[in-house]
Amino acid sequence: MSFFFEVLIGGLLSGVMYALVAIGFVLIYKASGVFNFAQGAMVFFAALTCVGMVDKFHVPMWIAIPATIVVMIALGLAIEKVVLRPLVNQPEITLFMATIGLAFFIEGLAQLVWGSQVHKLDLPIEDVPIPWLMDNFNILVSKFDMTAAGICAVLVIALALMFSKTKVGRALRAVADDHQAALAVGIPLQRIWAIVWSVAGLVALVAGLLWGARNGVQFALTFLALKALPVLILGGFTSVPGAIVGGLIIGASEKLAEVYIGPMVGGGIEGWFPYVLALLFLLVRPEGLFGEKIIRRI
Amino acid sequence: MFYREAGQFKTSYQSDSQIFPIRQDRIALAALLVLAAVIVPLFATPYLLSAILIPFLIFALAALGLNILTGYAGQLSLGTAAFMAVGAYASFNFIARVPGIPMLLAFVLGGLCAALVGIVFGLPSLRVRGFYLAASTLATQFFVVWCLTKIPYLTNYSASGVVTVQRMQIFGYQFNTPASKYLLVLAVVAFLALLAKNMIRSNVGRSWMAIRDMDMAAEVIGFRPLPTKLMAFAVSSFYCGVAGALYAFAYLGTVEPEAYNLDLSFRILFMIIIGGVGSVLGSFLGAAFIVLLPVMLNMFGHFLGLPTSFASNLELMVFGALIIFFLIVEPHGLARLWQVGKEKLRLWPFPH
Repeated sequence: MSFFFEVLIGGLLSGVMYALVAIGFVLIYKASGVFNFAQGAMVFFAALTCVGMVDKFHVPMWIAIPATIVVMIALGLAIEKVVLRPLVNQPEITLFMATIGLAFFIEGLAQLVWGSQVHKLDLPIEDVPIPWLMDNFNILVSKFDMTAAGICAVLVIALALMFSKTKVGRALRAVADDHQAALAVGIPLQRIWAIVWSVAGLVALVAGLLWGARNGVQFALTFLALKALPVLILGGFTSVPGAIVGGLIIGASEKLAEVYIGPMVGGGIEGWFPYVLALLFLLVRPEGLFGEKIIRRI
Repeated sequence: MFYREAGQFKTSYQSDSQIFPIRQDRIALAALLVLAAVIVPLFATPYLLSAILIPFLIFALAALGLNILTGYAGQLSLGTAAFMAVGAYASFNFIARVPGIPMLLAFVLGGLCAALVGIVFGLPSLRVRGFYLAASTLATQFFVVWCLTKIPYLTNYSASGVVTVQRMQIFGYQFNTPASKYLLVLAVVAFLALLAKNMIRSNVGRSWMAIRDMDMAAEVIGFRPLPTKLMAFAVSSFYCGVAGALYAFAYLGTVEPEAYNLDLSFRILFMIIIGGVGSVLGSFLGAAFIVLLPVMLNMFGHFLGLPTSFASNLELMVFGALIIFFLIVEPHGLARLWQVGKEKLRLWPFPH
């Protein structure tokens, strides 16, 4: 039984990390209706920039992180100006394809600047089992994973507060509801977009550092975007809580499926199981768990 | 001036409804086909044939398949490579297991298998649309590749999962030189492209476009969404399946599941964005562009003496930038540029 819980908790913890990437998607989708395929590339870019600065220029970590934040904000502003502004009022699919292009561009840029080898990233958190859980319940849970989950939780709460309590958050929600109405009451659409992309960049940095510390900073980080998709389908594209719940469900079910169903069919089902799960779910509830029910008129 | 249709009168329904109503188009197309079928095989080097022209034609066919689904029926798909893989492996298995099966029949059957898979994975399209559908087609991509690596029957119990495809042979004639492979691919692609062009003008094509433009309205005026969408998935997957089979048999020679990865799907998506979404010609132009671009960049990088990793990253960046550039500047792609050029030529030398 304790093995089951170990797998479950491991899955939930990695689900938190998926949720972190998914939140980046949700933020941008909520505020601009852009389904940002480049989020995975941004995670990669952020982590690589941070590690690259440490490795190449031997800057201490506490300088590298703020410097990366500056870079991510600059990136967000640049994306807003170069890519999004000319594409205002285009169909959503066009914007989506533009972000695929963006993803390629960012991946190329990151490797061009910092090289394509795997970097090691050391955060001052140990990857050892928590002794208390070990002693009392005989369950192995890594301290690192637990801390990562804690950081995610803090971030999510901060984002939720920002959305609900601040003036910027109110403007964000207004823009999300209706671009034109928001413009009409004097909300600067472009500035809001710049803010959203910058925040998404920050979330990408957090996700990139946590994932990078676990698996090394490498190109595989970009595939996180693909992991976040079923999470989004499950949770709904427009809901931050949805991203979290979806992440937990996907993370847990993926690990459980791999451990308990995997051996029957030859293993390696982690790659597609979340998608199939999400697809089956879509057939029942096309808007996801927390998504808005879309009523379409002709 | 070159493109003036003055004096070309249509006096019968037949001539009014032909595929290429303008005489210049017919002549140009015939000339192009003669050039491609007679002159090119005579003079092209084996490198040009097997490294550029054959992949170009195959990718054009796959892009055409995706264009039918995305450009004409409006269903975004990121699983093109999976359908290609189904086509390739199904053809391989038909030839390996059915003694004496004709080559082309195996390709068609492979395409039909891909169509079946397409229908199954197209089923969610009735309930979900847009991004949700794009994400669900990713399921196809991962699931199919996983099946090919995990089910030994599909790869004929080859230990490594890598399969050497059979020699191509029709009525005892061996297609083993680049020129003969090229001609076979050309024939298949030309035939299927003509078929697609015709299908799009027909009732089927109109129902696709109605669904694409506004599915609710199309439903109200009597198009049935489910059969229409599934038809689009089936036809698109058939094209991709045949393209995949050609990719394996005429280009790669050996196939492994990894040859049909997500990257290939994206490349084909790029082809239709750059070439022109919703245009048969665009599929060809886009394929030519995407096949030639890396070659050009490589030559450019070589010329400047850049290291290869630099060149490959540069390629990623150029691809990405081009996609964004095209979406911003010319969302209808290269095909639209050609159309504009045609309009200009019609009026030339007077501007109006």
